[in-house]
Amino acid sequence: MTRLQAHDLTLGYADRTVSAGLSLAVPDRAFTAIVGANACGKSTMLRALVRLLQPRAGRVELDGTDVRRLRPRAVARELGFLPQGLVPPEGIRVEALVRRGRYPHQSLLAAWTPDDQGAVDAAMVAAGVEELAERQVEELSGGQAQRVWIAMVLAQETPYLLLDEPTTFLDIAHQYELLRLLARLRDEGRTVVAVLHDINQACRFADHVVAMKAGRVVAEGAPSDVVDAALVEEVFGLTCAVVPDPVAGTPMVVPH
Amino acid sequence: MSVLPAGPTTRREPVVCVLIALATLAVAFVALCQGATWTTPGETLAGLLGRGDQSFVITQWRSPQVAAGVVFGIALGLAGAVFQNLTRNPLGSPDVIGLDAGAWTGALLVVAFAGGTAGQVAGGAVTTATATALVIYLLSLKQGFSGLRLIVIGIAVNAMLTAVSSWIVLRAELEVAIAGTAWSAGSLNGLDWDEVAWPFAVVGVLAAVLAGQSRALHQAALGDAVAVTTGVRLGVHRFVLVVAGVGATATVTAAAGPIVFVALAAPQIGRRLTGSAGVPLLPAALTGALLLVTADLVAQVVTRPVPLPVGVVTTAVGGLYLIWLLVKEVKR
Repeated sequence: MTRLQAHDLTLGYADRTVSAGLSLAVPDRAFTAIVGANACGKSTMLRALVRLLQPRAGRVELDGTDVRRLRPRAVARELGFLPQGLVPPEGIRVEALVRRGRYPHQSLLAAWTPDDQGAVDAAMVAAGVEELAERQVEELSGGQAQRVWIAMVLAQETPYLLLDEPTTFLDIAHQYELLRLLARLRDEGRTVVAVLHDINQACRFADHVVAMKAGRVVAEGAPSDVVDAALVEEVFGLTCAVVPDPVAGTPMVVPH
Repeated sequence: MSVLPAGPTTRREPVVCVLIALATLAVAFVALCQGATWTTPGETLAGLLGRGDQSFVITQWRSPQVAAGVVFGIALGLAGAVFQNLTRNPLGSPDVIGLDAGAWTGALLVVAFAGGTAGQVAGGAVTTATATALVIYLLSLKQGFSGLRLIVIGIAVNAMLTAVSSWIVLRAELEVAIAGTAWSAGSLNGLDWDEVAWPFAVVGVLAAVLAGQSRALHQAALGDAVAVTTGVRLGVHRFVLVVAGVGATATVTAAAGPIVFVALAAPQIGRRLTGSAGVPLLPAALTGALLLVTADLVAQVVTRPVPLPVGVVTTAVGGLYLIWLLVKEVKR
């Protein structure tokens, strides 16, 4: 079953077309990694999936309905998104920022409910930032700040989590910590879609890999089925050997 | 800044907001006592309740001016917070980007060439302020919206409109020129209830509209992507903000002339006092009221018995603040 699907999208900015005829079915309750060279249209596709970019043609459907025809708050209770390059408002504290994730669940006059607080507390624990609750976000390290933003998206309590290069600017230990968190969220029943730079990490953590080149999907499937030397050569223009990862047994790219 | 417990901002902000409101009321009361002559607090209270021989002076002369200080201060604080949020820059306030000047030019045009009832002046101010906002926005649109570009263009437009206003005053009939010059600094002196009734109503409506946008405003401060994907209708939100911000600026300018620097300073002072994240509306509104009432009280006192226009005081104090802010922003 796939609730979230893109049909025949044409995507672009101003006079530049990034993708044409792009289709994708996001597997439910799985971890999907989108990989590809720089500027291949990964982020653009993700932005179209979460309604940030209006497709010139085609449509993104959730449960068979065009997301453009759903109320924004209704979509926001289904699809949580973590963009790149976030800047926190000046002077905001961690818990206050995480609370902002509750926006789609609140109405104009409704008070803050125990459900809201419960979601915020659980999100901070899941992201490992509960100790930082009273700290100013600007004072945190890059890795800590990234986890705070993830907590904000988790507080949104969406079945879907879409993340645009969430590991950028994190050191290697924090990268793996984050990927394990995403895998755990998948295990708890969420659908995770992440644009990842590192194909080895994608193979190791994702159930489903989508490889893109020049705005098209060139291969998708389980990492062990689709990731081989020919694909890496085609997508990244890199000659390499693909060997089993000595720890996880998943495909591992070793450049020549 | 640790006078209050450094608990969640949700606790400190309301407390400080109440304190600012109380301070505003206190200054407003002193301003009611202080006209051309000093009336004791006891007599002033009695006068407010309709007793004593000072009653007429206090309820009909001083009250409308003090009330205008509070309400117009709220309007200017809100307008400043709106545009600082839209441009994501503490310099992005209506007085800096030329909206006050635009509204003022429109008001002058109506007075000089169309006779000018209060309604016509207001209409002229709103029309030219809106046109100014539109021109600045369109000029700053090159390859997407940029708050900083909008501010720089706004500063240039501000200078041009100020020149146009001077030209209108020079070309106008003598009495229009005298009235225009006295008014051009922004003044609350001599306002009566008839003159402030409709601006108060407009400010009340705009404040209510903005209160409804408050949560979306907080959300938009997280960036466009997060705002949209958490359910904010960003286009509608921005449109409402611009309309309300231009409306508040034009309303105050039509009634009292261009009172500058309150909109620039109030949101930043308010957010620092309350320890708030981003630039929230309520602290900006309350701080705007406190600043304008205080500035007007100073304007009544420094050159007694002849009162100054309040705009002279806000310009003098605000000019120093602007220099400090520019130095800080350039260093960043």
